[in-house]
Amino acid sequence: MGREGEVIAQLLPQFRTLHPDIEVRIQQLPWTAAHQKLLTAFAGDATPDLCQLGNTWIPEFVALKALEPLEQSLARSAIVQASDYFPGIWDTNIIGGTLYGVPWYIDTRLLFYRRDLLAEAGFAEPPGSWEEWSRMLAAIKTRVGPERYSVLLPLDEFAPLLVLAIQQPEPLLREDGRYGNFRSPGFRRALAFYREAFQRQWAPPITGTQISNVWDELGRGYYSFYISGPWNIGEFKRRLPPEQQGTWMTAPMPGPDGPGASLAGGSSLVIFRRSRHKQDAWLLLEFLSSPEIQQRFYQLTGDLPPRRSTWRAPELASNVYAHAFREQLERVKPTPKVPEWERIVSDMRLMAERVVHGDLSVEEGAADLDRDVDAILQKRRWLLSRGSTP
Amino acid sequence: MSTTGARVLLHTLLLGAAATVLFPLLWMLSVSFMTGGEASAFPPPLLPGHGTLANYRQLFGQQNIGRYLANSLWLAALTTLLSLLFNSLAGYAFAKLRFAGREPILKVLLAALVIPSQVAMLPLFLMMKWLGLVNTYAAVVVPTMAGIFGVFLVRQYALTIPDELLEAARIDGASEMRIFASIVLPALRPILVTLGVFTFLGSWNDFMWPLIVLTDQDLYTLPIALAQLSREHVPDNELMMAGAVLTVLPVLVLFLSLQRYYIRGILMGSVKG
Amino acid sequence: MRVGHAAWAFATPALLVIGVFFFVPVLAALVVSLTDFDLYALADIRNLRFVGLGNYRNLLHTSDFWRAVANTGYFVAVGVPLSLAASLASALLVNSRLVYLAAFFRTVFFAPVVTTLVAVAVVWRYLLHTRYGLLNYALAHIGIHPIDWLGDPHWALPAIILFAVWKNFGYNMVIFLAALQSIPADLYEAARLDGASLWQEFRRITLPMLRPTLLLVSILTVAGYFQLFAEPYVMTQGGPLQSTVSVLYFMYEEGFKWWNLGSASAVAFLLFLMILAVTALQLRLARDAQAR
Repeated sequence: MGREGEVIAQLLPQFRTLHPDIEVRIQQLPWTAAHQKLLTAFAGDATPDLCQLGNTWIPEFVALKALEPLEQSLARSAIVQASDYFPGIWDTNIIGGTLYGVPWYIDTRLLFYRRDLLAEAGFAEPPGSWEEWSRMLAAIKTRVGPERYSVLLPLDEFAPLLVLAIQQPEPLLREDGRYGNFRSPGFRRALAFYREAFQRQWAPPITGTQISNVWDELGRGYYSFYISGPWNIGEFKRRLPPEQQGTWMTAPMPGPDGPGASLAGGSSLVIFRRSRHKQDAWLLLEFLSSPEIQQRFYQLTGDLPPRRSTWRAPELASNVYAHAFREQLERVKPTPKVPEWERIVSDMRLMAERVVHGDLSVEEGAADLDRDVDAILQKRRWLLSRGSTP
Repeated sequence: MSTTGARVLLHTLLLGAAATVLFPLLWMLSVSFMTGGEASAFPPPLLPGHGTLANYRQLFGQQNIGRYLANSLWLAALTTLLSLLFNSLAGYAFAKLRFAGREPILKVLLAALVIPSQVAMLPLFLMMKWLGLVNTYAAVVVPTMAGIFGVFLVRQYALTIPDELLEAARIDGASEMRIFASIVLPALRPILVTLGVFTFLGSWNDFMWPLIVLTDQDLYTLPIALAQLSREHVPDNELMMAGAVLTVLPVLVLFLSLQRYYIRGILMGSVKG
Repeated sequence: MRVGHAAWAFATPALLVIGVFFFVPVLAALVVSLTDFDLYALADIRNLRFVGLGNYRNLLHTSDFWRAVANTGYFVAVGVPLSLAASLASALLVNSRLVYLAAFFRTVFFAPVVTTLVAVAVVWRYLLHTRYGLLNYALAHIGIHPIDWLGDPHWALPAIILFAVWKNFGYNMVIFLAALQSIPADLYEAARLDGASLWQEFRRITLPMLRPTLLLVSILTVAGYFQLFAEPYVMTQGGPLQSTVSVLYFMYEEGFKWWNLGSASAVAFLLFLMILAVTALQLRLARDAQAR
């Protein structure tokens, strides 16, 4: 999917020299349709052999019994070493004690910001807590006026609110994913902070597609903060003019009371159970997981590797923008591993949109969401009570 | 008002309306020749500064649109041929050949026209899955090989074939198939053209079902490819317009050359209703 | 009887296709709508439960479903009259005895009908752009501030209505034209001799003669407009704030995004019932009007 889909073709020639008899066909899917298309492919018995899968989708596909367990292949492999991977990330691939995927790259969200605009507003360092951040957002807003903003929080992205929510001490679902926990004080606090950003005009109430060019607009100072992921390191480097390259930087997420957590995201490589070429698929998976190829992959995409050994390579160590990510990776939390998570997070985003728009109060929004989520999880509760673990 | 005055007013209104209606299509054509980013300017331009084929080149080159064009063409042609065969046979039978249950079946078919096709879509998908046909062209073509509307259209027209002609042929000893091939089909030609145009257009423009049932990018038809492209490349205005032109042009040309038949089909299908 | 056999041989292929690929799925949809068929059931059929009218009950209690119904209702209530008015007006103009090049105008007005919906929806998405779209540019000339057509929950559905009317008013125009042409010319002659104005001609002759056609066209158009799907899918993805989620779009997401096939099938049947009810209403109103 996405950029990874575009660059993988460049890595394949090397694979072909190692395994000339294996033919690889690439199917690219845009992220906006990938989840749906993969489920359709599963329903239609048309799944690929090897697939990049967002690690939050793994529980869902495991519940569908769509993925091949990888324990045996892992035991025999010399290239894929579990101990070399960041444990929090590795853990997202283990469902019910079995390994179903190998992390390919990690993704977490943190701040991309305009250092110079922040300095002009009187701040030398990025924010270390929500309170500091609020002051910065307010200060920048006063400086830039009504036509411009301090932070971009696209309403069609669920990640910004999710990051704020995951920083809270309470889990997002309770009782092993049987019920929603969005009425907790923590989530309400996150939702309130999110809403405040719009109420105080720190963030424009728009979607990502309405902004004609996210990178240009940061360059133009339309906003000064943006919550995004590692792929944008490369994009900003590429799309902003050279004279502006010194003006932007990354920083770890501020949390409610200090440095905050972020999402343990990323993509894994999985093998579908119905594949008829599982051996070959594993060979390709191994190839893509070797530190050498991971380094090349990093150079091509800017995607951060999940293996510590790759992080020690000079290119990564010297990448100033990646330092914040390295620090953030020590503070990542996974999202609930339930198959319905995709739907739950989609409902959360829709509710947040309505709260921002003023149709619902924070309390009403949280209560509504809990009600919806409880209904969504009803089948899971039934299956759990029957003992058929999803 | 004088006749001349009325005429002027009438034609002013008509020309104004025509311009408004045509405008989006003409603009689409114009922007397709603009360079990337040219259209996202204020004030929005109407005509390209320097006409360029770059968008079309990119579509055929990087985006592989030739493939989707061929897919659409192939699929539409196949569907049309099959549907002409199936519907003409059945339509003629319902018009001219007596068989048990003919009238009740016809009534049920007509009543079923009310049911929106989307009701059938989900189980149809599951059916295709069990037949192992998901992600194949068979899944797209087979459900549309025959349709109530097509059968009905042919039937209406076939009613006008003189019975004496058919009886005479029977007395001469011709088989039913022979009669169909040498007398009925030629007589049905105008409505077959109509049905052909309808089916071709319908298949070319079909979006929802192929979207659901085709997962392999190589198999995509033009509308799906365009929809996908448009959700990904939101800022690439000019590229999208070139894609839209390629999608719309073939059917517009088909329509312009055969509009007589197409319009007749609408009238026959609706006015009798 | 030879003819009888041939008849079955001729009719069976089509009937088979229609039976297997339309009627069977429709019946199956009815059955599926009574179960909670979902992803879990797709994985293992033992996870399926029969829920009777449970899906229907849940839907009727789901605010998102009612929002979809309201959006679709708005689309039909505003779009159909607009579309019919445009069709009738253009038909009257083209049919005028004073007109030159009737065929040309008829073709132009009909052209949008045959265009691929996805393609022209993409075109319109750019025309409706807040800053760079030509619609706002044109409106600015008459002093109207830029409207965020596809981003403002109040204007997104009207924008789609505008688009839908443009796209298919030509279809009904053609039907109206045929109907107008079948009105005997001497009726108009007699009226003109009596000194009737254009408006009176319209009210006294045209409208009454058109009544059956008007009914037919409005039934077909209403049924068609209830099936709104591609426009929101391409232009707005149901947004902003769910203001363009139609019943079919809701069904599509429920069925093909979340794989709640039981619930989605129930939506499809509810849609069918809605269309049926509105059609029956239209027929009843027409009959009452006729009686008067």
